[in-house]
Amino acid sequence: MEVRREILSAGGRAPGGAGGADLRVRSLNSRQLLRGGDLEGPNPSAHLEGADFERYVEESVMTTTLDKAVAWARSNSFFPATFGLACCAIEMMSIVAARVDVARFGFEAFRASPRQADLLILSGRVSIKMAPIVRRIYDQMLEPKWAISMGACCSSMGVFNNYALVPADKFMPIDVHVPGCPPRPEALMHGVLKLRKMVQDDPDMGWRERYDARGTEEVLGVGGHPYMAPAGPPEGGKAGA
Amino acid sequence: MSSTGQPTISEYRRREQSITLAPLDQQLDGEDGASTQELLTLNFGPHHPATHGVLRLLVTLQGEIVRDIKPIIGYVHTGIEKTAEDKAYWKVIPVIERMDYLSYYFNAMAYCGAVETLLEVEVPKRAQYLRVIHLELNRIMSHLVWLGTSALDLGAISMFWYCFREREKILDLFEMSSGARMHTRYFQVGGVIEDIPRGFAEKLSGFLKEMPSRVDQYRDMLNGNEIVLQRLRGTCPLDADTLLSLGVTGPLLRAAGNPWDLRKADPYCSYEDFRFKIPVGSAGDNYDRFACRVAEMYESVKIVEQALEGLPEGPHITEDRKVALPPRHELATSMEALIHHFKLVTEGMRVPPGEVYFPIESPRGELGCFVRSDGSSKPARVHMRDPSFVNLQATAPMTNGAYIADLIATLAMLDPILGGIDR
Amino acid sequence: MPDATGLELIAQELRDAEGEDTVVETVFFRGRAKLAIEPAHIRAALAHLRGKGYAFLASVHGVDYYPHEPRLGVQYELLDMSRVDRITVTLRVPCDAPDVDSVTPDGADGAGWPTANHQEREVFDMFGVVFHGHPDLRRILMPEDYEGHPQRRDFPIGGEPVIFTYNETEMLGASE
Repeated sequence: MEVRREILSAGGRAPGGAGGADLRVRSLNSRQLLRGGDLEGPNPSAHLEGADFERYVEESVMTTTLDKAVAWARSNSFFPATFGLACCAIEMMSIVAARVDVARFGFEAFRASPRQADLLILSGRVSIKMAPIVRRIYDQMLEPKWAISMGACCSSMGVFNNYALVPADKFMPIDVHVPGCPPRPEALMHGVLKLRKMVQDDPDMGWRERYDARGTEEVLGVGGHPYMAPAGPPEGGKAGA
Repeated sequence: MSSTGQPTISEYRRREQSITLAPLDQQLDGEDGASTQELLTLNFGPHHPATHGVLRLLVTLQGEIVRDIKPIIGYVHTGIEKTAEDKAYWKVIPVIERMDYLSYYFNAMAYCGAVETLLEVEVPKRAQYLRVIHLELNRIMSHLVWLGTSALDLGAISMFWYCFREREKILDLFEMSSGARMHTRYFQVGGVIEDIPRGFAEKLSGFLKEMPSRVDQYRDMLNGNEIVLQRLRGTCPLDADTLLSLGVTGPLLRAAGNPWDLRKADPYCSYEDFRFKIPVGSAGDNYDRFACRVAEMYESVKIVEQALEGLPEGPHITEDRKVALPPRHELATSMEALIHHFKLVTEGMRVPPGEVYFPIESPRGELGCFVRSDGSSKPARVHMRDPSFVNLQATAPMTNGAYIADLIATLAMLDPILGGIDR
Repeated sequence: MPDATGLELIAQELRDAEGEDTVVETVFFRGRAKLAIEPAHIRAALAHLRGKGYAFLASVHGVDYYPHEPRLGVQYELLDMSRVDRITVTLRVPCDAPDVDSVTPDGADGAGWPTANHQEREVFDMFGVVFHGHPDLRRILMPEDYEGHPQRRDFPIGGEPVIFTYNETEMLGASE
């Protein structure tokens, strides 16, 4: 069998080339490509400069903090625990169904075991017999974990203000309350997406943004910073707000 | 609290929180009298994907064979009956609807029927037909959810999406007529709260045209499936006499061969005007229960078609102003209407004293409502005889000697709704 | 339903069979028949009615007749499937002696009604009526160590007080 060797031009890739010369050629070509240079064109050594270069780097490379990256990953992959208690469970099943598709957001993996879940959607009324069990399930979940209280019955007592029910706030921390009896699947989805924004450390401040209601925030960011930046000093030395 | 100030832990709590690791030696009579085998008591906890709702079962197993089941319920007990004693008669309707949360129109129908019997008020024909339409649509919807979740338990996961696709269409119809998808408080004492809007009849007939073909699709998907047949055919049969002694009614009883259906036997709410069949099984096993419910969907479609076709003109609620609110345009001209409106809204209707039990046929069996009134504007006792509560007693005889997988299939075919069981 | 005369005939037969004091009264209300009997004769009455064809016990439920004494009532709804007939059997027991024979187990006087198992437990749980002879009389809906019988009329309905703005500070206490 005859083996033919040929030296390719500097612009092309040299497959299987051994030795430092080929490696140097390849690294120079890579640098060229990264700078947006055109290897085949008339002037292969031209590369981007200044603002073009900045824009090119911005488009290709993303910088963030580790917290933000982790929060983004966590928020887009909630694993809800199957915790249907009563009527709200039927509407929770509706969000898994095709019309309001929770799989669009990546939350369709409802885990049966609380050890594998990180979101507890409490859907339905919590009776006094069930409350210690809910608490035990919540304790079995691993950090970080969130809880959504779906419906009026677990957020407050709901339609039934009597001896048999416990509002969920009394025995476990809840992150988002979704009102409704039962809340429409779209409403529950809205609540889940609000939780998602909260986990991304960018909560939806709602009316507070619209009315510029500083100082009324109930949610503080990671590190204790309020989400709305403080307003500047009043103009013209006017007294009062 | 004991005298030392420490909280006493009751025996029940201690039992709940303890774990015994020692095996139980039990002498079992069987093939080998000399050997001792262990019976394992497994807690099929309230939080479990296969129990439909928060049902807790203490299953005594010999290997994989179920020997005894003790259901423990009460985990979603809401005190609905106690709450109902505290509210005016028409305010009870939203509370009572949330009992058996998949067949909410049936809960409201049983209660309204009982109160109408006490009041001796007549429901207009149009209201009765509208009630039948919504009741049968609710029956179809309840069977669809049952089919979707049962298939999910058996492993046929894609059935869930198909069934819920149809369910969304039915909920669109409910939203059109009453404004809410679930718990619509559409049925009121004396009729229905509002007449159906324009476009409802067209949308409903469009739905009815395609529903039988959809049920055909579900049947084709599951009926020929080898796994479904193996899991359902011949598993956990129970004869009709045992079922009757346990008080079981509904599709479970019909699957065992007894064609008892209150819609035919003791018609209420104009059911005698409609022609429909009652699907009856022969073997009483899980497959017959499954087939009965699927066949009932066809029959319900027929009933709604006939009701829609024959929908008479007339008022949608009784004209008795002491029971039903007068129409709003009358409030501007008539003083009596204003007074009636005021009394009804502030105090509520007064019901003559008496006790009545009103049974209807819900998707799970005989749903009865017992109302006792003492003459005031609030009921003195409301009790719902829930079919799932009584049907649950049949779990133990059904699954004696079956495998755990058969237990799951039987629970699915039993169609328990814990809201009704626990109330 | 048996009509009024049919009801009287049944009541008379029951009196003849079990004793003069078995049937307290008969009520025919809104087309429905109701037999009120003495609590001691409940098993016999149900067995007699089963003999007459009412073989299906549809419902066992409790009522609290506060403030009328005797306070606690238990109602048994019977159904005759072959003739589509319903009849109600009721009994009343006072609060301080709420003892009734359970109809669940088979006894010397005839077969039992297994359907009453869970239903009698519920009546015990909610009203405190003790059913003697019941195989497993425990609370069914409330936790087993719960005190009180919730559905009695003098049991408070409970619940949380609703917090409005005007009573917010005193309701939430020191932690605002």
